[in-house]
Amino acid sequence: MSPHPRDGRDAILGRVRRALGVGAEDAERRVAIQKRLYDHVRNLVPARTKGSADDLIKQFKEMLESQSAKVSEVGTADEIPELIAKELRDNNLPSRLRMGDDGFLVEIDWDRAPTLEIERGRSDGHDPVGLSHALVGVSETGTLILISGADNPTTLNFLPETHIVVVRAEDIVGPYEDVWERLRETYGERAMPRAVNMIAGPSRTGDIEQTIVMGAHGPRRVHVIVVEE
Amino acid sequence: MQSTAHAFKGNAARALEDRQLQEALANVPKGFVGKRAEARARLPEFDALRDQARDLKNHVLANLDLYLEEYERKVFEVGGKVHWAASAGDAREIVLSICREAGAKTVVKGKSMITEEIGLNDHLEGAGIEPIETDLGEYLIQIRGEAPSHIIAPAVHLTKEQVEADFRRLHRDLPEDRRLEEVDELVAEARSVLRDKFLAADVGITGANMLIAETGSSVIVTNEGNGDLSQTLAKVHIVVASLEKVVPTLEDACTILRILARSATGQECSTYTTFSTGPRRAGDPDGPEAYHVVLLDNGRSELLGTDFREVLRCIRCGACMNHCPVYQAVGGHAYGWVYPGPIGSVLTPSLIGVEEAGPLPNASTFCGRCEAVCPMRIPLPGLMRKWRELEFEKVPPPFAQRFALKSWAWFARHPRLYQFASGLVIPVVARMAGKKGAFNKLPFGNGWTRHRDFPAPQGRTFHQQWRNQKRRRARS
Ligand code: SF4
Repeated sequence: MSPHPRDGRDAILGRVRRALGVGAEDAERRVAIQKRLYDHVRNLVPARTKGSADDLIKQFKEMLESQSAKVSEVGTADEIPELIAKELRDNNLPSRLRMGDDGFLVEIDWDRAPTLEIERGRSDGHDPVGLSHALVGVSETGTLILISGADNPTTLNFLPETHIVVVRAEDIVGPYEDVWERLRETYGERAMPRAVNMIAGPSRTGDIEQTIVMGAHGPRRVHVIVVEE
Repeated sequence: MQSTAHAFKGNAARALEDRQLQEALANVPKGFVGKRAEARARLPEFDALRDQARDLKNHVLANLDLYLEEYERKVFEVGGKVHWAASAGDAREIVLSICREAGAKTVVKGKSMITEEIGLNDHLEGAGIEPIETDLGEYLIQIRGEAPSHIIAPAVHLTKEQVEADFRRLHRDLPEDRRLEEVDELVAEARSVLRDKFLAADVGITGANMLIAETGSSVIVTNEGNGDLSQTLAKVHIVVASLEKVVPTLEDACTILRILARSATGQECSTYTTFSTGPRRAGDPDGPEAYHVVLLDNGRSELLGTDFREVLRCIRCGACMNHCPVYQAVGGHAYGWVYPGPIGSVLTPSLIGVEEAGPLPNASTFCGRCEAVCPMRIPLPGLMRKWRELEFEKVPPPFAQRFALKSWAWFARHPRLYQFASGLVIPVVARMAGKKGAFNKLPFGNGWTRHRDFPAPQGRTFHQQWRNQKRRRARS
């Protein structure tokens, strides 16, 4: 597809090697690089990521709130339908939401909020509310980790004006690095799901006179529900 | 983009007289500078992270060939394609041929300085494909036919009144009596206009803040979510990134992320950070069907072998320009090419030649703030000084002396800059005046036109070119 793909590649790598004064068959460097790629050594991790589970949940919550997200805590997942129904009512939003096939979300007893209309699958851009389940919450910056796939379609993260994200308290970790550890357990070494979305509040822009406005292209509202058990 | 870097002084003088621009520029120190300082204060490890990030990137650059090979292999394994582009022209052609193959009529773009560098939009338009910038700031300047004036806030030079006038001129199908006085009204209008474009586009093009050798992922960092819509909704996702964006591991990416947003906007983190790895997988309800990465060299492999290698650590956070008294006074357009501010003063001569960009390394008061805030600890003033020395060696002294005196006079006439400049330029003048030589020809006078067609030091480093020229002069 590109005009001379191999030429481009070899010429560029050749120039890089000449500039560095190294050869392609540099066994010592190759071994060192492989080690680095497989060892998962952590660089400096900020001290704020250490603390009890409660500390981390508190930090996660405060960070998200300072980034203009709303955070609610519920004891059990069965409280979620009524909470969402009320939230949508309070904000004059239609009681219609869309979610994927996520096991945790599907298991919830949605009949507890009979007014809620629930649709499934990816968004085509016309859904007022998206509901997702975050794999992890990172406390150091109040960041939700969402993984692409049929369980939680990526389009739900960006197209609806309101995004509700459920995260289990036990999935809240301190630093980003803990996320990679969990992903490697699930996906294996040197592998990633198609998309890992880190989300830290509603979409925003400061592009006009540095005035911050929510809802630039993605959700105007992000509501995070932390489930204790 | 046609460079006017050679005309920096004229550009700058005009900028200082432009009242609307001055009003808009007043927002720079108000927003970014204070917020960065607060973010730094909240993270005690911030400066130690900068040290690590510098060392990390030095390690990458010293092993760039191997990390690029690893990265390419991983992209291939997940079903993506890597295209190597030696020059801006190659990159444009590669992107165009992918778009053509996809039968693309419209292309939505996330914010990407690299696509500015290669002049992609003009090229696509020339081929009948409509590129649509979706980052609000980029959209604002695209509809005005302007270049970005800042690497993370491309429309920082505009006031909301200008934006309103543009929207009324352009969005003709909307009611004339609609309210557009407030910033949130303007944002809402842009959102709805661009939403339709996202849904209709055939190809999404983004840049990359990082490429991960470990996993073959590309990383974008945004606040608006426009990059994500660009790369999620279209059938084809094209990432255009320069070679030096690669980092070894996901852990390394964390180090860069911890300093990037704090340095850029003073946020703890940007709203969206997305790691994309290949096209849609079996069972995925969304995501692109094809995933391409265009890896751009455009002179960087040459830089790697010079004293200017350090500039390749740059993560394009914009802190150096936010804190620069010259940038604050004249804005980004005066620099005349894609990259403004201190980073531009070092990078532009490297990429389009010092003959064209010679005035930029002089567009400095050497106050040292840029280096003090650079998260990657790039010695920007030192590198600018290096360009000046090279330029000076190349330019015979009598002219150089006059030039330096003129620079001084120019700074002296502009009190906002003078306080920083005085005491710094004078020693340079003295040193220049002490050298002897003959006045041969005017520098900066070369007729550089379409610079993206003249990628950086072709085949020879600047040092070599300079030595050769000296030799030629000695012979004549
Ligand atoms: S040179 Fe440093 S401060 Fe300037 S944009 Fe690059 S990383 Fe940021």
